[in-house]
Amino acid sequence: MKLKLRVWRQKNSTDRGRLAEYNVDNISEHMSFLEMLDVVNESLAGQGIEPIAFDSDCREGICGMCSLVINGIPHGPERGTATCQLHMRKFKDGETITIEPWRAKAFPPVKDLTVDRSAFDRIIQAGGFVSVNTGSAPDANATLIGKNIAETVMDAAACIGCGACVAACKNASAMLFVAAKVSHLALLPQGEVEKKARVENMVARMDAEKFGNCTNQSECQAVCPKEISVEFIARMNREYFKASLSPKSEIKGED
Amino acid sequence: MPKPFITSSIGRKYVMAVTGLILFGFVIVHMLGNLQIFLGQEALNAYAEHLEDFGALLWIARGILLTALVAHMISALSLAIENKNARPIPYAVQDTVQASFASRTMVMTGLIIFAFVIFHLAHLTFGKIHPEVYSLMDAKGRHDLYSVVILGFQDYRVAGTYVLAMFFLCLHLSHGISSLFQSLGLNNVKTQPVFKTAAKLIALLIFIGNCSIPMASLFGVLKPAGGF
Repeated sequence: MKLKLRVWRQKNSTDRGRLAEYNVDNISEHMSFLEMLDVVNESLAGQGIEPIAFDSDCREGICGMCSLVINGIPHGPERGTATCQLHMRKFKDGETITIEPWRAKAFPPVKDLTVDRSAFDRIIQAGGFVSVNTGSAPDANATLIGKNIAETVMDAAACIGCGACVAACKNASAMLFVAAKVSHLALLPQGEVEKKARVENMVARMDAEKFGNCTNQSECQAVCPKEISVEFIARMNREYFKASLSPKSEIKGED
Repeated sequence: MPKPFITSSIGRKYVMAVTGLILFGFVIVHMLGNLQIFLGQEALNAYAEHLEDFGALLWIARGILLTALVAHMISALSLAIENKNARPIPYAVQDTVQASFASRTMVMTGLIIFAFVIFHLAHLTFGKIHPEVYSLMDAKGRHDLYSVVILGFQDYRVAGTYVLAMFFLCLHLSHGISSLFQSLGLNNVKTQPVFKTAAKLIALLIFIGNCSIPMASLFGVLKPAGGF
């Protein structure tokens, strides 16, 4: 395959950055998108050009590191997959592909296509702890959890924290991410104890990180590699409202 | 420390939803009241006079509506400014997978509706658009709203403005009516498609209902009383 790539190049966090164009050849349609970039980088290095920096780790769709906006859509045209699981056969020979990093104030640029997503870590930290007894491992069936709840919790817990929801949202809102985390812990007996403080602290952290606000367009759900439903956002709103009605919790979060 | 509910991101979405629901309720009642124009001069003028009889209650209702409108707009603008700031560097290429046009233009359509509300009040509440016909009285000595409305809409510019404004209102409602349930947390996978379809259907009905009055006036289906 022959391709024309338009790639965001930015030396560091203070550089203004620009789109650079590269004509690439000999791309196999069986390559993943990241393998294609590896090939491009090899050739760039050969020409004495600084290779394109991009995040990747497991390359099997579970780590949440890869983070490319491809032709205006986070993780590209394939639904329910991360960038690493996207194959070049989804593109046409001779196509122009524009590759940009996640764009959000809360995700400051690091270099080229990589951004700093530690705002997500701080939201998780603000969520605090889950009360579990220490000592020997509990019996597997000591706490019974209904099949329906277990299924819903797994749907929420599938979140890999890649940040595509933020990248796709026209408001750069992190609501789907926070909602998934709030929901999966609030639904389980192990996380239920602290659920009020958790939702209040996580939402407060989310707001403080300068993410935008949800306008219910559901673009986040559409690009999510784990296809997490916006129903969890409704659940988070509900949990947050309930928490605001009840007396202040004793449990303090990170901030 | 968590912020007070009302100033948090989710709290302000609740404000949007509750005030939006109040304003949506008003749009429905307002339309049903106005559709009485098709029952004739007597029905509409009597209804208009009857509304004034509520006195204090009417002013309470107006107070609630005005408060809802102001709260809706303040929340919307504060959220919108944050949303704008949340992405300082725009994408060079941006595409959407399934977001509706209405959902992406809520701020614009909202501002257009606000401008229309001012025009509408100037037109039919304060009589500033066609002052020469506004003081018409009917045979029973009441304000002849029936004829004022129809004569007003015989001006194609006024009728056109109303129809255009209704298009934007209904675009706004087609997203807003379903979106408010999501914001209030009263939504799940099962109800989502129901709310979405119902919102579009209701918005369409409001468009047809409200546009029928200027259209019927402009094309002579409704005729003013007396010798105009």
